[in-house]
Amino acid sequence: MPQAHQILDDQFLQVRAKLIEVAAVLDRIDRVAATELTTADLESHPKRVALEQAIGLLLQDAAPGGRAEALQKLFSRPYDQRWRDSLSV
Amino acid sequence: MDYIDPHIHMVSRITDDYATLARMGCVAISEPAFWAGFDRGSADGFRDYFRQLTEVEPKRAAAYGIQHFCWLCINAKEAENVSLSREVIAMIPEFLDAPGVLGIGEIGLNKNTRNEAIVFLEHLDLAAQYDQPILIHTPHLEDKYQGTRMILDMLDGDSRLQRSRILVDHVEEHTIAEVLDRGYWAGMTLYPVTKCTPERAADMIEKYGPERLMANSAGDWGPSKPTAIPDLIFELRRRGHDESLIRRIVYENPIEFFKNSRNFHFRPRGETVADSVV
Repeated sequence: MPQAHQILDDQFLQVRAKLIEVAAVLDRIDRVAATELTTADLESHPKRVALEQAIGLLLQDAAPGGRAEALQKLFSRPYDQRWRDSLSV
Repeated sequence: MDYIDPHIHMVSRITDDYATLARMGCVAISEPAFWAGFDRGSADGFRDYFRQLTEVEPKRAAAYGIQHFCWLCINAKEAENVSLSREVIAMIPEFLDAPGVLGIGEIGLNKNTRNEAIVFLEHLDLAAQYDQPILIHTPHLEDKYQGTRMILDMLDGDSRLQRSRILVDHVEEHTIAEVLDRGYWAGMTLYPVTKCTPERAADMIEKYGPERLMANSAGDWGPSKPTAIPDLIFELRRRGHDESLIRRIVYENPIEFFKNSRNFHFRPRGETVADSVV
C-alpha cells in the first residue's frame, strides 16, 4: 500500500481536474440562468441543493463510514422500515 | 492473470468482445438474465432468450476458450407485469437442469414498487422449491439504498434460504457493509458513471477485505466496459497488493460461490475434462 502523501501526490491532478469540472458546471448553470427570465426556483431546486450539500460534506471531517458513504446516503431515498405496510406486501 | 467475470451480459456484446476478454485472461463468465432494453411481450419471448443463454452463448464463448454459465429469471423492470412474470416463473424449471444454469437471477428491485416486491418474493419461492442459488440486482442511483434494504428484509424473512448461496450485486459504499454483515456475498459492478469505478472498488476491498466479495463488469448494451475487471486488477497491482489477494477477488471467490450450484462444472485452464472441479 502506498503511503498517504504518495496517494496525495498521485491523485492531486485527477482530483484537481474533477473539482474544476464541478466548478465549471456550476458556473455554466449560473451563466445560462442569468439569461433566463424565471430563475427563482433554481437555487431551491432539489438537485442544486443536493449538490451544494455534497460539496459541504467534502469539507467536513470524515463521517464514520467515510465521505463517499456519506455522499451516497445524501443522494439516496431514505429507507422506511415499514415499507411492507406501505406497499401491502 | 486468469479471472472470472461473474456478471456480464454477453448477448449484448459482439464476438470481438469475447476475443478481447480471452486475451485479457478471462476464463469463465456468468450471465444473469436481464432487461433487453425493451419490454418483451410474451413468455415465449423469454423462452427464446433462455435458449439463447443456455444454448447459443456457451458455444460463442467456447470458441474463445471461455466457459459460459448463466442465471434465469424475469428481471425487475419487466416484473411490473405480474401476470407475464408468473408465466415466465412457471416456465423456468424447464431450463434448470440445462448445463451451465447456476440458479435464479438477476432478480431484484428497480423502482422499489409493490409489483416488483411481489415478483421478487415469488422468485425466492421458486429458488427455495428447486434448491437454487440466487443472484440479485439492486436498484440504481437514489433507489439503491432503500431497495437494497428492502431486498435484505425479504431475504431475511425466508428461513428456507441459505445466505452463503446468495449474491447481492451492484453494492456501493452505502450498501456493502449491510450485505456482508448479514452473511451474503457482495458484488461490486465496475460501470461508468452510475455504479463503481475500479479505484472505488479497490478502496472497498481495502476497507472490507476479500471475504465474500467479488467484482464484475456487468457489460451490456448500454455504456459499459466488458474489460473492467482487468482495470481493477491493474489498480490493485498499482497499489502494491499481493497477487494472492487479487486472485481471490477475481478468480477464487467466484468459483467458491458458483460451487453452490450443482450445474457448475469448471475446468481451470490446462486441466482436462477428467480433472474438472465440480
